[in-house]
Amino acid sequence: MLSILADTMFFPPERSTVAGSVDGLFDFIYYLSLFFFVLIIGFMIYFVLKYYQRDGHTEAPSPSHNETLEITWSVIPSILVGVIFFFGFTEYLNMREAPENAYEIQVVASKWNWVFKYPNGAESGDLHIPVDRDVKFLLQSQDVLHSFYIPAFRIKMDCVPQRYTWTWVRATHTTGSGLDESSHEPLRLFCAEYCGQQHSIMHRKVFVHETADFDQWVEKAANILENNTPEEAGKILFGRKGCAQCHSVDGDNSAKYPGPPLNGQWGTERQVTPRGSSSPITVTMDENYVRQSIRQPNSEIVVGRKPGMTVFTPQLLKDEEITAIIAYLKSIK
Amino acid sequence: MSTITPETQIDSGHNDDPSSNYLTSSSGFMSWAFTLDHKRIGVMYLVGIFAAFFLGGVLALLLRLHLMVPNGLFGDWVSLDSYNQLFTLHGAVMTFLFIIPSIPAALGNFVLPLMVGAKDVAFPRMNLASFHLWVFGAIFFLIALVTTGLDTGWTFYTPYSIETQTNVVAATIGAFILGFSSIFTGLNFIVTVNTMRPPGMTWFKMPLFMWAIYATAIIQILATPVLGITLLLLMGERILGIGIFDPSMGGDPVLFQHFFWFYSHPAVYIMILPAMGIISELMSVYSRKPIFGYTFIAYSSIAIALLGFLVWGHHMFVSGQSPMSAVIFSGLTFSVSIPSAIKVFNWTATMYKGNINLATPMCYALSFLFLFTIGGLTGLFLGALATDVHLHDTYFVVAHFHYVMMGGTVIAFVGGLYHWWPKMFGVMYNETFGRLFCAVVFFGFNLTFLPQFVMGSRGMPRRYATYVEEYQIYHVLSTIGALTLGIGMVGAIAVLVISLFKGRKAPANPWGAATLEWTCTSPPPYYNFEHAPHVDSPYDYSDLKYDARIGGYVKDPNAPKKSSSDHH
Ligand code: HEM
Ligand SMILES: [Cu+2]
Repeated sequence: MLSILADTMFFPPERSTVAGSVDGLFDFIYYLSLFFFVLIIGFMIYFVLKYYQRDGHTEAPSPSHNETLEITWSVIPSILVGVIFFFGFTEYLNMREAPENAYEIQVVASKWNWVFKYPNGAESGDLHIPVDRDVKFLLQSQDVLHSFYIPAFRIKMDCVPQRYTWTWVRATHTTGSGLDESSHEPLRLFCAEYCGQQHSIMHRKVFVHETADFDQWVEKAANILENNTPEEAGKILFGRKGCAQCHSVDGDNSAKYPGPPLNGQWGTERQVTPRGSSSPITVTMDENYVRQSIRQPNSEIVVGRKPGMTVFTPQLLKDEEITAIIAYLKSIK
Repeated sequence: MSTITPETQIDSGHNDDPSSNYLTSSSGFMSWAFTLDHKRIGVMYLVGIFAAFFLGGVLALLLRLHLMVPNGLFGDWVSLDSYNQLFTLHGAVMTFLFIIPSIPAALGNFVLPLMVGAKDVAFPRMNLASFHLWVFGAIFFLIALVTTGLDTGWTFYTPYSIETQTNVVAATIGAFILGFSSIFTGLNFIVTVNTMRPPGMTWFKMPLFMWAIYATAIIQILATPVLGITLLLLMGERILGIGIFDPSMGGDPVLFQHFFWFYSHPAVYIMILPAMGIISELMSVYSRKPIFGYTFIAYSSIAIALLGFLVWGHHMFVSGQSPMSAVIFSGLTFSVSIPSAIKVFNWTATMYKGNINLATPMCYALSFLFLFTIGGLTGLFLGALATDVHLHDTYFVVAHFHYVMMGGTVIAFVGGLYHWWPKMFGVMYNETFGRLFCAVVFFGFNLTFLPQFVMGSRGMPRRYATYVEEYQIYHVLSTIGALTLGIGMVGAIAVLVISLFKGRKAPANPWGAATLEWTCTSPPPYYNFEHAPHVDSPYDYSDLKYDARIGGYVKDPNAPKKSSSDHH
């Protein structure tokens, strides 16, 4: 009973080969701690109830030290923590040592974006991996410290600028089947090292696919523009290139998003302040406005917003890609 | 007036009226601000520290309220940016202004010289300088934090702290100054304990609070300079671009973490050792039993202080440090946990066959035992490498360190304050309300932090201004707990403050304690003791008898002569 409670209460689902043994160690420490806690607090309460100050009660002499007792309660806990230490580090060494021939995904963290790069050249903004296969993550950061954390896998590793770190996983369950994301129940990936303003929204979804599905997905992802309709390609790019980081597509206009929402805006008018000017002008959201907002984002700022959007040079975003994004923006209501 | 120097204050500022005490012997702002009297300095520290605690507490409540709902309760008023500044400010104020100086500077200053039957600490001027530095550092620090903001977290991790627009330099100068204040206090206490113990007070006849303060002082003087150097290097990095921590110039951001934790891990023992000292006193006095295993507790304070220098790497198990060093740091971490565990056993055993007086300080001591045990045991999950990988930088860690720092240090501090309050101000507080608010604090504390263990192990990262819905229930519970805790803390302090005006006059020794500070009147006279007090075993209560007429304990003239062997 207690253990079922402990399992469901303390953990996210176990979805990797290491999760089971991590939780096993956790449970071991938990029951050991519970035992000692009940023992100590039990004695404390018992002594209070038995010896509290009242009429007719006085203290009675007792030895103020006892070698046997003191040695016992030093040695037994030492042995127990020795056991914890042992299981802790053996499993940890296993987590730090990626198996050979693991499928390798490059993870590039930056403020406040994750990019996952697959061996065939595909890139994605959410993480996709195959089930039942060793996957090694090679972690990098482009600016400050970040930390790659997937609770359901029980893995975490900092991304350190100018240095590679790595971790690995073998997922044990898929999150759904097929390529349609809505038929999946994705896991979560968090940034666990504080990295500034948008640290708390630096989280992403993790999809675990059947091998065949994954192969298909990664193939398709490598050629976004060819393998998708322009709208679909635009949607993928919108997520992957970091637009979704600052612009909502559900009308959320709060300060949570530094940029204005972009759904249902096509063809509408807005007030913008051109650089160097103080009086706003009116512009319409059309192809050229969008293109200029991407290539030279600071030339005109929507009234009520601050400049700060990344300047997307042709290296960062190709012309064809902008075209796809425009198709996507037209399609979202 | 313009030529007033500290000397004129201490030598001519007080009157020699035998009925006056240190509070009434002189008056006026200058007689406090430039006093060399350790008791007044202790009282001023107490006021300053509680002001910092109050500020940190209000910020904590703001943070908790914000976290009631996934996207922030206050809407745009607390944005992502301001949330980041709030948690930084909360952590920095609580660590640097409140908890590091708390027990040593306030209670230690007041009690330590009295415990050794002396007139003052070894270097009274340095003691005053320590307080002035604290005030100066605090003002500077607060102005920096409030006007220019700081959003690095109290840990200042590079490279974020190198590139953030907020004013890191101003804040680090503040922390740097506060470090000197801490070093001065530590140095003073070491010299006082080494050179000013009265004849008859051998090392193993010292009260355990003294041992704890002594061990703390060792850490203060050895570790704080490292913080100073680290902060200087960080300033150099920001102002001059020296390229020590900045990876884009060939520096190493992980090196900063090593430097930082080389101070900040020992600093957590600066926070907890004095609290353990207080608990040793309280457990013994209120159980009316000699402390169980005195020698072990005394040695373990020193052991913890020294071993505490070797475990800093346990904050960095997923930083990319080599697996080998992670294993070594994990092993060393477990070795420090043993002395702490044994202390807990010793405190519990002290109550055996006692006559337990459930006065408010004892209620806090019992509450400490409960909370610190949880704090210590949850350290095991973090010390074990495989589980720490999952738990690191989640709310599990947040809950763990609040259990040890708030549940341990703050609870012991308040318990100690209730214990020494009659001595400090010569008044008795209202026992019923004292206990009541202790219970409210206990309940509120657990409600605040127990849910954080659960959400942490379920994967909720720390330092998040917004979060995904599944964690909301735990945040809501935690916020309700925090509000309760806030009410409890304010109540607990109010009971003490009200006693200043309404409290019955305190006898010299209301609790029947055997340490020397209880042999002078309450509050102590300016010179503390008229005659050097006679040193006995600090935990032998056999010759103290309750006298109902004065409401306190007096020496029993008929008591059998104490055996000369010491108590352990
Ligand atoms: C039995 C004793 C203890 C053990 C085994 C222990 C273990 C640990 C470990 C391994 C961590 C690092 C966790 C992580 O970052 O992933 C940690 C964090 C921490 N501990 Fe403890 N600890 C103990 C007692 C204490 C005490 C007595 C204090 C303070 C009074 C304390 C304060 C802290 C703080 C402040 C942090 C987190 C700092 C931060 O990341 O901001 N711990 N503890
Ligand atoms: Cu991040």
